[in-house]
Amino acid sequence: MDGPLIEFRNVSRRYGMGEAEVRALDGVSFSINRGEFVAIMGPSGSGKSTAMNIIGCLDRPSAGDYLFGGVEVGRQSQEARALIRRHYLGFVFQGFNLLDRTSALENVELPMIYRGLPRAERLARSRAALARVGLDGRADHQPAQLSGGQQQRVAIARALAGEPAVILADEPTGNLDTHRSREIMELLCALNREGITIVMVTHEEDMAAYAGRLIVFVDGAITRDDRRAGGV
Amino acid sequence: MLWEAVRLAVQEIRRNVLRSLLTVLGVVIGVAAVIAMVTVGQGSSAQVTAQVESLGSNLLILRPGLPVMGPGSRPDAPRFTLGDVAAIRALPSVARAAPSISSAQTVVFGNSNTSTSITGTTADYLELGGWVLTTGRPFTATEERGGAAVCIIGQTVRQRLFDQIDPMGQLLRIRNLSCEVIGLLQAKGASSFGQDQDDLVMMPVRTVQRRLIGSSDVSGISIGLRDDVSTARGAQDIDALMRERRRIGPGDEADFSLTDLKQIAATLSGISTILAGMLSSVAAVSLLVGGIGIMNIMLVSVTERTREIGIRLSVGATSAQVLLQFLVEAVVLSVAGGVLGIMVGLGLAAAASAFMAIPFAPSAAVVALAFAFSAVVGVVFGYFPARRAAALDPIEALRHQ
Ligand SMILES: Nc1ncnc2c1ncn2[C@@H]1O[C@H](COP(=O)(O)OP(=O)(O)OP(=O)(O)O)[C@@H](O)[C@H]1O
Ligand SMILES: [Mg+2]
Repeated sequence: MDGPLIEFRNVSRRYGMGEAEVRALDGVSFSINRGEFVAIMGPSGSGKSTAMNIIGCLDRPSAGDYLFGGVEVGRQSQEARALIRRHYLGFVFQGFNLLDRTSALENVELPMIYRGLPRAERLARSRAALARVGLDGRADHQPAQLSGGQQQRVAIARALAGEPAVILADEPTGNLDTHRSREIMELLCALNREGITIVMVTHEEDMAAYAGRLIVFVDGAITRDDRRAGGV
Repeated sequence: MLWEAVRLAVQEIRRNVLRSLLTVLGVVIGVAAVIAMVTVGQGSSAQVTAQVESLGSNLLILRPGLPVMGPGSRPDAPRFTLGDVAAIRALPSVARAAPSISSAQTVVFGNSNTSTSITGTTADYLELGGWVLTTGRPFTATEERGGAAVCIIGQTVRQRLFDQIDPMGQLLRIRNLSCEVIGLLQAKGASSFGQDQDDLVMMPVRTVQRRLIGSSDVSGISIGLRDDVSTARGAQDIDALMRERRRIGPGDEADFSLTDLKQIAATLSGISTILAGMLSSVAAVSLLVGGIGIMNIMLVSVTERTREIGIRLSVGATSAQVLLQFLVEAVVLSVAGGVLGIMVGLGLAAAASAFMAIPFAPSAAVVALAFAFSAVVGVVFGYFPARRAAALDPIEALRHQ
C-alpha cells in the first residue's frame, strides 16, 4: 500500500460545550509513513494524549478525518475499530493500564488471546517479550508487586509481543531512570528497525533525540514538525 | 474464545469465593428447595401408589355415620353386627367381607408393656388389607367362632415387647386376658397420614367383643368385591342391602358410608402432588430472587471492573467478546449455584425421606431441569449487566478509576 499509514486531516477534538468548551485538538493535520519513528512533544495539556488516543482508535475526532492505511476509521463502528486495535496497534499508556491481580505474563498474553493465537504460542511470545524488556524473572508477579518502572516495561512487553504494525507509546520512559530509559529507547529503536512504526510522546529532549521526526504540540495545534537525519 | 471466557469466569469467581458464594446463595436455596420438594413429593406419591397396589382390587370400607364429621354427620349412628357381615358376604357381588372393631389397650409381656390398638377381625381381613405374615398363621375358623385367645402382632409391637426374643407362642396379657401370639405381620411402614401402621395387635373379632369390649358391635366392615364386578355395581348392592337391614327408605339419607379406598388413595396422591407443586412454585420465586441477586452483583462487578473492561477493549476485544465474558461469568456462577443447590436439595430430600419413612425417589429429569433452569437464570439476569459492560466506551472506561 502506498501513501501514509496514519493521516490526520484537519482533526479537532473538543470536550464540553459552550463557555466550558476545551479544544484539545484544533484542526490538526499531519501524516506518518510506514516505518517512521516519531516523537511528539509539547507542554502538559497541549493535546498529545488526545492525539494518541485518536491514532489508537480509542477516541474519535469531533471534526475532521482520521485515516489509517488510507481508510477513514474515525467514524467506523466500535467493532471495526476494535479489530484495527487488535491486529495493527500496540499501546503503551501513560498510566500503564495493566490488569490488577493478574500476572505480568498474563497481562502480556492478553492481546494475543483476542487475536485467537494458540496458548502455547501466546506463552512463548509473552516470555520472549518479557525477556526483551528484562523482566524474565518477574513473569509471575502481579502489577502490585512490581515497581512503576517494571510495570512500564510490562506494558511495553504487552505492546510489542503481538508484533503490531504500530506501537503508540505515551511517555514510555516517564517513570524510569536515565539508564532504564536509554534501554527502553534502544529497544524501541530496535523494534523500529524491524519495521514497526513508532509514535512516542515524551517530555525529554534526550529521548526525543532517538526519533527520526519530532512533532511539537502547543494548545492543540502543531507548531513544529521536523524530520531529522540525526535520528537513529 | 468461549473456552477462554469460561476459564476467565472461573478464575474471576475463584478470586472472590466468598462473594461468589453469597451471590449465588439465592439460586442455591431456590434449586435446593425445588429439588427437595419435588423429590419428597414424588417419594410420597410413590408410597401411596405402592400402598394402593398392596390393597386388593375392588376394596370397599363400610362405616357407620357419614364419612366426614360435619353438619350432616351422625356420631350416634348405630354400629354394625356380625349379622351384617354375614349378610354382605352372602351378596353375589361380594367375594370377602371382614368385620373390624378396635380398642385401645395396654399390652403386657414380662416387664415390658405398650399401648396399642387391638383390632378384632377375621382371617379375611389380612387378605383384604394386603397384610402378609412373616411367620405364623392366620386365625382358623374355629378360633374365630369360639373367640379363642390368640393374636397376630405388628412389627412395632414386636419390637417394643420382645426385642430379641422370638414372639411366636409367647403369651401376651391384655387386661385379664392371656393371649398366645400365633403370627407376626410384615412391616408396612407409615401410612400416607404419617401413622404407624405396624403398631397393632389383631385378634379374632369375637374375642375382642366378648372379652375386651363386652358388646357385639362391629365398627367397620372391609369388603372385597368379586373381580368381575365393578366398584359402582358392588357399592349399589351393598347400599341397597344395608338400607334394607337398617330400614332406611331409598330416598332418605343413609346412616352409614361406603368408601372406595383406591379413590382415597388416588385423591391423596393427587393432593401430595399438588402440594409439592405449590411448594415448588414458592421455591421457584426464590430462584427468581436468586437471579436478581446475581444481576445485582454482576452490575456492581461491571462498575468495579470498568477499567479492566477498558483495558480489554484497548487491546482489541470487541464489544461482543466483553458481552460474552460477562454473560459466561453470570452463567458459570449461576450453574455452580445450581449444582450446589442440586446436591443440597438431594441431601435434604434423602434426610427427609429417611425421617418420614418414604422411598427416596430422585428424578434425573427434575435434576436436569433444575440445572437447565439455573443456566437460564444466569443468561437472563446476566444479560443486562453484560450488555452494559459491552456498551462501555473504551476511552471512558480507561479513565475510570
Ligand atoms: N475527558 C476530558 N474532558 C474534558 N477535557 C479533557 C478530557 N481529556 C482531556 N481534556 C483536556 O484536553 C486537553 C488536552 O489533554 P491531553 O490529555 O491530550 O494533554 P497532554 O498533552 O497529553 O498532557 P500531559 O503532557 O499532561 O499528558 C487538556 O486541556 C485537558 O484538560
Ligand atoms: Mg498525556
